[in-house]
Amino acid sequence: MWIDRLLQGLLDTLLMVGVSSLVALLVGVPMAVLLVTSDKGGIFEAPALNRVLGAIVNLFRSIPFLILMVALIPFTRLVVGTTYGVWAAVVPLTIAATPFFARIAEVSLREVDHGLIEAAQAMGCRRWHIVWHVLLPEALPGIVGGFTITLVTLINSSAMAGAIGAGGLGDIAYRYGYQRFDSQIMLTVIVMLVALVALIQLGGDRLAKGLNKR
Amino acid sequence: MAQASALRAPVPPAEPFKAEETALRPEVNQAHIRFIGLGKTYPGQGQPALQGIDLNIRRGEIFGIIGRSGAGKSSLLRTINRLEQPSQGRVLIDQVDIAPFDEDRLVALRRRIGMIFQHFNLMSAKTVWQNVELPLKVAGVAKAERQRKVRELLELVGLAEKHQVYPAQLSGGQKQRVGIARALVHDPEILLCDEATSALDPETTASILELLRDINRRLGLTVVLITHEMAVIRDICQRVVVLERGEIVEQGEVWQVFGAPRHDITRTLLAPLQTKLPAALQASLRAQPVSRDAAVVLRLDLVGEPELSTLFNDLGGRVRLLQGGVETIGEQALGQLILSVRGSSLDTHQLLERARRWAADVEVLGHVD
Repeated sequence: MWIDRLLQGLLDTLLMVGVSSLVALLVGVPMAVLLVTSDKGGIFEAPALNRVLGAIVNLFRSIPFLILMVALIPFTRLVVGTTYGVWAAVVPLTIAATPFFARIAEVSLREVDHGLIEAAQAMGCRRWHIVWHVLLPEALPGIVGGFTITLVTLINSSAMAGAIGAGGLGDIAYRYGYQRFDSQIMLTVIVMLVALVALIQLGGDRLAKGLNKR
Repeated sequence: MAQASALRAPVPPAEPFKAEETALRPEVNQAHIRFIGLGKTYPGQGQPALQGIDLNIRRGEIFGIIGRSGAGKSSLLRTINRLEQPSQGRVLIDQVDIAPFDEDRLVALRRRIGMIFQHFNLMSAKTVWQNVELPLKVAGVAKAERQRKVRELLELVGLAEKHQVYPAQLSGGQKQRVGIARALVHDPEILLCDEATSALDPETTASILELLRDINRRLGLTVVLITHEMAVIRDICQRVVVLERGEIVEQGEVWQVFGAPRHDITRTLLAPLQTKLPAALQASLRAQPVSRDAAVVLRLDLVGEPELSTLFNDLGGRVRLLQGGVETIGEQALGQLILSVRGSSLDTHQLLERARRWAADVEVLGHVD
């Protein structure tokens, strides 16, 4: 039944987006903290490290996802043993999403008032206290907002991954809608994607607003 | 983020310092905070931010540092808890040079020194309670003790019922009270105030200054404050230094500096507090006497309470009081009089000389017909 196929596609999309966004969150936040604190005048100042990290982030962010996905095929095979299916899509999705999210989180961290860092130093905070008790909590609403954007971008990219055989809603829309001119399925997929994105955006905005005490 | 790097900036080689030797000298023993030949130059700037600062701040006093913006006040204050790293010279706290401190000792030192800020610098994502608790939390103080201490301090600053509120919902004065509670939570021996009342309205300023004076009296801690407002110095400080272009241009007891300012900068800073001539009279003032019986207008700064009849007799002629007042600064009465003297047998120069016997400072404001 095509309804089962659609549900399976939705699950696949959610799996791809869920896993890759989770990894992006876990790696991206520390990366953003490192980008901010290792910068000139930062609490863990290390200009060389900062430059290298910045260059890596820029490199991955400047490659269009479709090309990145193809270029990463050997690496993907190495990691998950296949270049086909949901798990094969997770690898390039994660690698694209992590630097993207790290940059957005970095902006939020940089916006934390320097006066707060100074106050924390004056009260006898160690440097990791400043990261944990000042930088992260103060930047949290912005980081949540950034994560929402990352999720939406990932849904976008996952559809592209679907087109080269990763499964998910993008795959269904491509095969039925484009190759077989089944506009009914195409339309259903579009409605599902719009609803999914709207839901994520709404949830993210609510959460960010609730966390913002300014 | 320049200060942030102070934590791990390379420590300049400290001159050998012998605590035993200085401890024998009583005048050094008095100093709680001591600056010796302190200088600070920021990289890429020719003009040093601070130079040749020699200063003793006594235990338990309220010490003021005043100057115009950019005079170096902020840098000087921040060398006390090493948020700022001096380029030359030393800072001694209780006779101990703080320059060679590693992170552990620096953190311990900073817990003995509270600091409050112009813009309060409260964590927006934390409640009032959590803000005050934070210094204890990072120091690993047990929960029961933290609760006792935070409650005690919120009581002290009069914000006990606001403990669950976020800083954004507080007024400026309340935010500064939270800042004060946070600064005192480790029972510090020194409190640094960085323009603590500059963002507040006059009424709130008065209440915050009252609180600071109260804390100073009750807890006996040394308060060092910087400000560009002479009124703040007048209201709570015992001693003051005037900074200009990174150098001390004047220092002493507040009543002395107010009663007889010696430097132009001090006079400029004092100007807003000075007795002003009524506008109508100001307009009719002439630089030179127009007629033979023109009156001389004098401004006298008096220290103490001189007998005015004798003063008036001494000046000769008909003396009129145009404007005047007396203030008490640090238990010392400081008066300011604006007089017109008409028909005196003395010329302007002689009048000035005569007035100087009575006043710490005299100025001829002009002449009126």
